[in-house]
Amino acid sequence: MLTAPLEYGLFLAAMLFTMGFLGLLVRRNLIFMLICVEVMLNAAGLAFIVAGARWGQPDGQIMMIFILTMAAAEVAVGLALILSIYRRTKTLDADVVSQMHG
Amino acid sequence: MNLLWLIPVLPLTAFLILALFGRRLPKALSTVVGCAFMGASGILAIIIALQFLLNLETTPSYTWSSGTWFTVGDFSPEFAFHLDGLSMLMTLVITLIGFLIFLFSTAYMATDEDISRFFAYMNLFAFSMLTLVLADNFLLLLLGWEGVGLCSYLLIGFWYTNPENGYAARKAFITTRIGAVGLILATVLVFRATGTLNIEEVLLIAGNWVSGNAIVTAIAVLLLLAALGKSAQLPLQVWLPDAMAGPTPTSALIHAATMVTAGVYLIARTHVIFELAPMVMTAVAIIGTATMLIAGSSALIQRDIKRVLAYSTISQIGYMFMALGVGAWTAAMFHFYTHAVFKALLFLGAGAIITAVHHKQDMFEMGGLRKVIPGVFYPFLLGCLSLAAVPFITSGFYSKDLILWKAYTSTEGNILFVVAGLVGAFITAIYTFRMVFITFNGKQHTEVDHKPGPIMVGVLAILGIGSVLAGFVETPHVLGSIHLFSDMLQYSVQDVTMNKVDYSQEWVLMGISTLLVVAGTGYAWMKYGKGAEAAPTMSPLNRFLYNGWDFDSAYQHFILNPYASFCRAIGIDIIDLLYKLVGLIARFFNLVLSRAQDGFVRHYALGIAFGTILVIYLFIS
Repeated sequence: MLTAPLEYGLFLAAMLFTMGFLGLLVRRNLIFMLICVEVMLNAAGLAFIVAGARWGQPDGQIMMIFILTMAAAEVAVGLALILSIYRRTKTLDADVVSQMHG
Repeated sequence: MNLLWLIPVLPLTAFLILALFGRRLPKALSTVVGCAFMGASGILAIIIALQFLLNLETTPSYTWSSGTWFTVGDFSPEFAFHLDGLSMLMTLVITLIGFLIFLFSTAYMATDEDISRFFAYMNLFAFSMLTLVLADNFLLLLLGWEGVGLCSYLLIGFWYTNPENGYAARKAFITTRIGAVGLILATVLVFRATGTLNIEEVLLIAGNWVSGNAIVTAIAVLLLLAALGKSAQLPLQVWLPDAMAGPTPTSALIHAATMVTAGVYLIARTHVIFELAPMVMTAVAIIGTATMLIAGSSALIQRDIKRVLAYSTISQIGYMFMALGVGAWTAAMFHFYTHAVFKALLFLGAGAIITAVHHKQDMFEMGGLRKVIPGVFYPFLLGCLSLAAVPFITSGFYSKDLILWKAYTSTEGNILFVVAGLVGAFITAIYTFRMVFITFNGKQHTEVDHKPGPIMVGVLAILGIGSVLAGFVETPHVLGSIHLFSDMLQYSVQDVTMNKVDYSQEWVLMGISTLLVVAGTGYAWMKYGKGAEAAPTMSPLNRFLYNGWDFDSAYQHFILNPYASFCRAIGIDIIDLLYKLVGLIARFFNLVLSRAQDGFVRHYALGIAFGTILVIYLFIS
């Protein structure tokens, strides 16, 4: 079976991760920030899959399943928080919610 | 007799009940608990006293022991109670007068929210005081000594919401603490010198020592220091007038009848040691005499009725110390006993007056109360007659006369003590009747709407009768020569030898003291017989007396302030700077780093990313 070289896969994962991270830093809309976090998580998952395929081990895929589960939980909590912030401030701008500083 | 341990344990039980469940018990029930155990203890004390006194000649002392308390090397003190004539007398006074005061408190404190706390403290005090007097060894005595000090502190500060009461409580506690240090050091010294702490054994061993050697003198000085603190004698007397901040029954029980006489008891108990230190004996007599005159003259000018009684207590204990100093142990204990009766009466009477006039304590705001509250006036008058030592009918006369007679005849005595004692009697008569006339005669300044109830009047009446009858157990040779009291104490304390003097001189002494009492009373009548209209303006001399010879401000200027500036001076030191530097550095970083926490989530994310990269870089390289 034809497999893509390891470097390609890892490069794609790194690209996705960097895009997600930059998005997280740049966007101020909470929904988009949450999506960016999802992208970063999937980038990490992709890196696991690629590495697992390279060595023919199932661990990478098991890790992916863990990440999926965690992501689902994170979204549930994150959306609940966003909803509650929206109710309180009537906006989704993350910088508005900056009262909690020291 | 086997039930001796129950006498202190009964009040302890009441204390435990009230301390553990006091808040949940209804007020009436905690009052009953607070009183009943003390009453039971009193009845038991009477039964044991009867048994004990009937067999006095065959068994002059009895020891109840629960076995070894603890063991450290060769040192194993017992948890034991020792009963002899001296401790029997103290026990009877504590339980019986104590019970009457408890009974009075049920009426006096009835409206107080914290009555269960009050009775818990009072019962704990009774337990500690009984432990103190029944203790078989110095360690147990110390336990009681500290216990009564604690209870005194708790009760002076009973109404703790007023900061002044808390200040008075701390002042009393710290001042008596100076004395307690003396007792602790004396205990250590006694153990070093004798190898035991059992009081009986210590006194036996001490009997073989050479009179006036260094160790016995040191022990006597330290015991004297302890006694001075507890009994409010010069120079540690300053706490007692302020201790009047507590509830009046507390003043009656702790600061008049029992605890303040613990010093007298301590010296009488260890009298063998004092007999071996003649210099310290003389010091005791001089301190007692000086205190008597200083406190007596301060009582002359006080306005607060409780402060008059407080200074009078210090002065009367001065008499007891004078008696101890001349080796008249029996006379000191006799005056302790009559004083406990009539001073408890006077304090409770003052309490009844204070409740009647809306908790005012200034005598110049009272006046004319004789017809209004006769149930208080007549017992109070009996107590005053006794305090002023009016001849032949009052107990105070017999005890004071015995002290003067012993001071005159003892080989340790001196005619100067007698003269001072007579001057003291004159002063006592003046301040006592000044108090009576200002309070009860003349025009009434305050309306009375809260007349004392039957319990209060009943207790006052019992004590009033007692203060007359108490004296007849010991009378001079020329007046019947009854010696029940000294017979009871004969196996515990033996007076030092007396010079042979013709007993007819007793008439002369009694005559002079009678004249002085009459003169003092007459002077008070001339000045205050028609009551007092307004408080007098104070001359500098009066102000000096009013402030108790300015001891407080002297201590403030010559001891407390120099000490405080000394502490401030040694407070600046280089090693401290080092620790201050640590604090400054921490504050600096706090200032810088708290900026980083600005509340913008995106900045945090950036921080996390940089942190992660840094950590990965560190791991890889």
